Amino acid sequence: MDLATLLPFLVNVIVGGLVLGAVYAIIALGYTMVYGVLQLINFAHSEVFVTGAVVGFEVFRVLRDVALDGYVKLLIALLAAMIVSGALNVVIERLAYRPLRNAPKLVPLITAIGVSLILQDVLRVIEGFQGRFDLTYTLPTAFTTKFCAAASSCAGLGNALRTVGIDLQLKDVILLIVAGLSLAVLNYLVNHTRLGTAIRAVAQDRVTSGLMGIDANRMISATFAIGGALGGISGVLFGMKFGTVNAYSGFDPGIIAFTAAVLGGIGSIPGAVLGGLTLGVIQNLIGVTNVLGSVLGSANLGAIDASYQRIGAFIVLVLILIFKPTGLLGKSNVEKV
Amino acid sequence: MTAMPSTRPAPPAPAPERTIMLVLIFLVTSGILLVSHNGPLLDTLGPLGTFLKNPIVEALMVSLFLANVLFAHLWRAAPWAKALVGLGSLLIVLPLAGREDTSLLDLSIQIMIFAALALGLNIVVGLAGLLDLGYVAFFAVGAYTWGIFASPRFGEVLKYYGSHPGATNAGTLAIGLFLVVVTAASMLYINRLTARTAPTPTTTWSFRLASFGLIAGLVLAVRAIAVLMSGQAGALANGINPGFFWLFLALSIMAAAIVGVLIGLPVLRLKGDYLAIITLGLGEVIRVLANNLSLYTAGSQGITPIKSASVPWFDKLAGALGFSDDQFYLLFLYFLVLIVIAVILTVNVRLDRSRIGRAWIAIRDDEVAAQAMGVPLVQTKLIAFATGASFAGVMGMIFAAKQTFISPESFNLFQSIGVLSMVILGGMGSFPGVILGAAVVTLLNLRILPGLGEATANLGIPQQVNPGQLQRLIFGIILVAMMLLRPEGLLPNRRRTLELHHDENQEDDSGHGSGGALTAGPVEVLSPGLAPAAEGERSGGTK
Repeated sequence: MDLATLLPFLVNVIVGGLVLGAVYAIIALGYTMVYGVLQLINFAHSEVFVTGAVVGFEVFRVLRDVALDGYVKLLIALLAAMIVSGALNVVIERLAYRPLRNAPKLVPLITAIGVSLILQDVLRVIEGFQGRFDLTYTLPTAFTTKFCAAASSCAGLGNALRTVGIDLQLKDVILLIVAGLSLAVLNYLVNHTRLGTAIRAVAQDRVTSGLMGIDANRMISATFAIGGALGGISGVLFGMKFGTVNAYSGFDPGIIAFTAAVLGGIGSIPGAVLGGLTLGVIQNLIGVTNVLGSVLGSANLGAIDASYQRIGAFIVLVLILIFKPTGLLGKSNVEKV
Repeated sequence: MTAMPSTRPAPPAPAPERTIMLVLIFLVTSGILLVSHNGPLLDTLGPLGTFLKNPIVEALMVSLFLANVLFAHLWRAAPWAKALVGLGSLLIVLPLAGREDTSLLDLSIQIMIFAALALGLNIVVGLAGLLDLGYVAFFAVGAYTWGIFASPRFGEVLKYYGSHPGATNAGTLAIGLFLVVVTAASMLYINRLTARTAPTPTTTWSFRLASFGLIAGLVLAVRAIAVLMSGQAGALANGINPGFFWLFLALSIMAAAIVGVLIGLPVLRLKGDYLAIITLGLGEVIRVLANNLSLYTAGSQGITPIKSASVPWFDKLAGALGFSDDQFYLLFLYFLVLIVIAVILTVNVRLDRSRIGRAWIAIRDDEVAAQAMGVPLVQTKLIAFATGASFAGVMGMIFAAKQTFISPESFNLFQSIGVLSMVILGGMGSFPGVILGAAVVTLLNLRILPGLGEATANLGIPQQVNPGQLQRLIFGIILVAMMLLRPEGLLPNRRRTLELHHDENQEDDSGHGSGGALTAGPVEVLSPGLAPAAEGERSGGTK
């Protein structure tokens, strides 16, 4: 590959990274919401979002031969995933985290790991009974076509993207739109409604907000419901993006999304989005380092290939935590004795 | 391990002496164990023999037998009986039963390897309160240290450097060694300088520069040595002489401890959840490296065969006792692990009561307060990390020698969580508890679950819910149930019990509001007189 074709290639890699990053961002929001309220890393969130992905798969599978518009199917899948994941998250909170709210911090963290392990096997068993382990998404065919296949069908934005050389599938565009919409809704919910105000109050000070007449337990449940619903959305998006899901596939995106949350400043909603997008781009760039290596003639760069992608997130995590532990948009938290 | 004096004070109402019962149970279970692992004898027993051969019954027999050692630790009995049961079980009965059934020896080694891992993680998590989810990385370091050198891999590496020498010669080696010495010396000097005065930006940066220099020097030196040795690639095609085992035992301790410090240095400023997630990440990094640096680690195929040490006089002894040739190395490793465990346990007990042990507990209980009282945070945490890592390093090496095969899959996150669940199940901070946890979890994993799986294979239970495949579920349930019901573990450490039930002691003072929000905050003692009284009451001993 020479330099002339490198530029459009890189643009595509970065745009692809942004699409991937949008998925991470929505997962990261689930971590950040819970962390903001309880200061707990909800390790089980990765399984909550895999549950969403599984529900989405089942909806697409059941509706495969039903004569419905692809977008309606997607909407049903998203709604079902939101409901199931949200409910699951609330149940987890009620059974596993609420009894431990006053325990030392290590205790709920270990419980979260345990819940995550339990959910992995439960998902595997449930899907195993149907004889399925690796679920392969079959999306409506329209979704997997190029966003702008022929010059004649392109207009406006599509045409503009085409001239720059950006090559997207329709599902990527849908994914970006869904992610953007859920962000907008979440932003409205948190910043402009009574519920959001109450949640923010609880996040700031549980005791004082209790004195002001806010039922902290209900607000925490609500947060878990919202976080779970976001997990459901991200699960369906993840399934659309990668095509296959299994009971254990929550680990990688889960840890990357957590990194994204930390990168942006955990507890900060815009931070999680910024972190997700950044990590998506970084990950895609690491995946093509060997291409860059071949262009620049560097054997060392060439040796780094896609198998190192997951290391990238961890190295970013280490660097961030060393140099700016509060994250890009986080506020520093002074320790009181 | 049974002769260890209990750290807990004697219970107020002494239970009746159980010397006779202990010895009796020991004799009965040993007899059953010896019989049930003697294949030819079982065949003559008819239906009883088939009953004893049932995998579940066998697993139960082994568990019961191992429970002896636990009884010897827990029960009040005459010291001679305790010693007899403990030493007799571990030194005589188990090896003898293992002579008939090698898998029993294998299982015992595995239990002890995990016990050592759990003891190491116990220092990090239980004593110092640092949740390390990448602990198995140190195990991997130890395993690969021996695995690379004691297998054909070493020859391959030398062959590669022979054909890609670069510009390396004796001069490079000299430069590398010079760099190592100079940077190490300057790091020591800077360290001594900053011990007396506060560190300035200059000293901090020069320290960092020196550490980079040290790494560069080491890489140069090692590479030069590999190139210079490449002529020997043919001679070392099967790895180094197994006689180097003892040297490498020391080396793998050092390697794991160094990796522990290297990983610890950047991340130990973090606390709680952040530390957990970052150690998880670094553990994965080591696994990904093991998967990708295929020149050294053979990638996902793994390294095999790995040699074990050969100790001629021990082999002769074992032969005289009726062990067969292929059991020599297992028997040797069994006794080696037994000795290492004893050493580790002694080190643990000593550390626990030492200045550093108290510093760890202080940090676990309240980091800020500990720092205010003059405990050097980073240094103390690093020592915990390095100590835990070095235990894992030794055991990693023994694991490699026992399995004769290692691959990155042996060192995944799931293993780390397994070791963590041993620590939690047994009781964080309590040494006998941790060993018990390791035994229970390993037995569960290697014998009971597969046994249940085999036994239920014909009952028409679907393959998906075969108990042999539900490891994650069971680990998860152990973790959650222990945290919810009995966070102090099976054999709790006394201090920790007090700490975890702290708020129960104050229940009467706080008063639960209907909203929950009133009591949901951190429990604070409003009246200074109440807390000590409540704790004092507890220390009168209900448990």
